[in-house]
Amino acid sequence: MSELVKVKNLHKEFGGNVVLKDINLSVKKGEVVVIIGPSGCGKSTFLRCLNGLEEIQGGVVTVDGLPVEPGKKDIVNIRQKIGMVFQSYDLFPHKTVLENAILAPIKVQKRIKDDVIREALELLDKVGLADKKDYYPRQLSGGQKQRVAIVRALLMHPDVLLFDEVTAALDPEMVHEVLQTMLDLAKSGSTMIIVTHEMAFAKAVADRIVFFDRGEIVEETKDVKQFFEEPETERARKFLKTFKYEE
Amino acid sequence: MQSLGIDVLFKGTNMIRLLKGLWVSVEISLISVAISIVLGLIAGVLMTSKSKLIRFIFRVYLEIVRIMPQMVLLFIVYFGTTRVFGMNISAELSAIIVFVFWGTAEMGDLVRGSIQSIPKIQYDSAYALGMDKFKVHFLIIFPQTIRRLLPLSINLVTRMVKTTSLVMMIGIVEVLKVAQQIIEANRKASPNAAFGVFAVVFFLYFIVCWPISRLAVKLEKRWA
Repeated sequence: MSELVKVKNLHKEFGGNVVLKDINLSVKKGEVVVIIGPSGCGKSTFLRCLNGLEEIQGGVVTVDGLPVEPGKKDIVNIRQKIGMVFQSYDLFPHKTVLENAILAPIKVQKRIKDDVIREALELLDKVGLADKKDYYPRQLSGGQKQRVAIVRALLMHPDVLLFDEVTAALDPEMVHEVLQTMLDLAKSGSTMIIVTHEMAFAKAVADRIVFFDRGEIVEETKDVKQFFEEPETERARKFLKTFKYEE
Repeated sequence: MQSLGIDVLFKGTNMIRLLKGLWVSVEISLISVAISIVLGLIAGVLMTSKSKLIRFIFRVYLEIVRIMPQMVLLFIVYFGTTRVFGMNISAELSAIIVFVFWGTAEMGDLVRGSIQSIPKIQYDSAYALGMDKFKVHFLIIFPQTIRRLLPLSINLVTRMVKTTSLVMMIGIVEVLKVAQQIIEANRKASPNAAFGVFAVVFFLYFIVCWPISRLAVKLEKRWA
């Protein structure tokens, strides 16, 4: 199995404030890695380093063997291999659902418009939004917007998908529909790196759990079930406890 | 009730003169607005510059424009420059210079505000889709900026049209000046002309500005 995303000794700081220290992680093709950890632990920043939205101060990130270096011209080609869905508000408000989805494949990848439209409609149909293709984002619910954002990312045919707390801004009843879409993607063999606070979802979708705390990887395991029942580290145990209620 | 004095406008060529005066006002506004929009777009982009110095210069410029009454600016340009620089610029050109000086600053500030109101995530998600800087700005940021800007800048246009009434102070015979002339000339024959003629002037300004501000409301609703 080939390693698709490789992170070596990643170091990131904001003006002297270290947010990520010496991160090492590699993700294989088809693997679903879920990153969890307390807020402010650097997990979202980590995700943004993977597609060069953040400058890094040390270490190397490679995707498909190519180094991710923001500022270099090549970054636009690497980013096409990496789909990313954000917390919210990432659809373009001046474009319809369909236009949002097909914009980058046509303008960036220069693919044939009719083919892209056909594929977009298929994907929208899969996530149950085919009838909303001519709607503007403001006419959609939060959950629908996020599903469109996922379709938009998929349409670029990325090698890996990054999800940055995509359900954090949603009403509870919208969360499920988005997570179900992601679960389906995982089953179909997509490579995914997911940052989430939904523990039940993490348990269901993850091949591997990575636990971040204070800018470093504290625990990493393929035994997902074991992690949620009895994590090895005290910090992970404490974190998981915050999701439980005792009477 | 006494006569409203509108009848003077139907004497001779009075009405046509008044409309010609209106055209002078509209012409000065149109030219000034057109130049201000172009320069204002550039100024607005510069106002969001990373350079502190450039931002500071534009801050000062904007403050000057806001603090100085337009009439003072008109006097400086029209009367002042002739003496100091030995230049002889026409009243119309002076008016356009002043309105462009003013309009560029105000327009620039509107552009700055519109650009800065675009959430950062819009840049992020566009970059994440593999767009280069040019595509991000041209396809994503610029169209959104224009949508926010249009209703605001239309309000600026109506303000500029109204403010052209000041240019009669430097001798331009625009609609208000013509109105005054008509009233003066008919003081004996119809002493009530002031009411009727100025009422018509009000109506003319209304005809010009109302559709413009309706358009602003409409665009605001459509793009909100």
